[in-house]
Amino acid sequence: MQTQFEALESKLVLDAGCGPGMLSCGASLLGAGTVTAVDIDGESLDILKENIECTEVDNIDIIQCNFLCPEMYRCENYFDTVVMNPPFGTKNNAGIDMKFLKMGLDLSCDSVYSLHKSTTRSHIQKRIKEWGAKGSVIAELRYNIKSSYKFHKQQSKDIAVDLWRLHHS
Amino acid sequence: MKLITHNMLTSKCLKGVVTGYPLSINATNINITEVDYNPEFITRIIPKLDWEVLWRAADSIGHSDGLPQTIEPKFEENNEFLKKAHRVLLEVDIEEGNLVCPESGRRFPISKGIPNMLLTEAEVQ
Repeated sequence: MQTQFEALESKLVLDAGCGPGMLSCGASLLGAGTVTAVDIDGESLDILKENIECTEVDNIDIIQCNFLCPEMYRCENYFDTVVMNPPFGTKNNAGIDMKFLKMGLDLSCDSVYSLHKSTTRSHIQKRIKEWGAKGSVIAELRYNIKSSYKFHKQQSKDIAVDLWRLHHS
Repeated sequence: MKLITHNMLTSKCLKGVVTGYPLSINATNINITEVDYNPEFITRIIPKLDWEVLWRAADSIGHSDGLPQTIEPKFEENNEFLKKAHRVLLEVDIEEGNLVCPESGRRFPISKGIPNMLLTEAEVQ
């Protein structure tokens, strides 16, 4: 993201649904101006606090809130870069990744970097078009997901994941 | 919580609240954490801010020393000013306290530097 698109250095970065903050810490280490890390879950944010101390970064600011709550932020297009590893959506909150992506696009003035299951690629392509934005898959990865919900049948499963880059056209 | 974050937060999601901005600050513990000075970043961020809100917020917690109330044209050439802005925006860290909605008086606690902006379902618009 930094070497190809200069999306981080001296930029105002938002990490939406930051969890323990792997992306926040990464962005900060790569020279982000400030990283705003947002998550709904207090326990994840406690771990992020520890991670911040371990990596000795000083420019991550944390907010505990529901990222999808509209109007939490004063203006649209405020952040330069929005990074996210959104909830992929399970049986109970299908489509939440699309809501994250749209909100990220609204809050960024430059670009959004987001991870999504590769199986949703054509769907995302369609939605991006509807939103009047531009986007492409810039990397393909594999995730190993451990069984974490009762309805998961296998102990763990590899899934194909796309890293998307979206920007306003 | 840094003041750069305070500058963009609103409580507009609350039912019945029209602007919800700016949130007032009650700080019981403030830390000063040293942050690498990046004049390029500060210069770029200043036009995005509501400067008056930043000044008032800094003043309300006793950290407006030497900070001008308005931004001069060509502020980007004034290194002294950029350093002060850097300090107020990024180094003043509110560890404990509350943010208060200007309309409803709803308090959002700040604990260990993290403001908790979560609302109950009944509170949301």
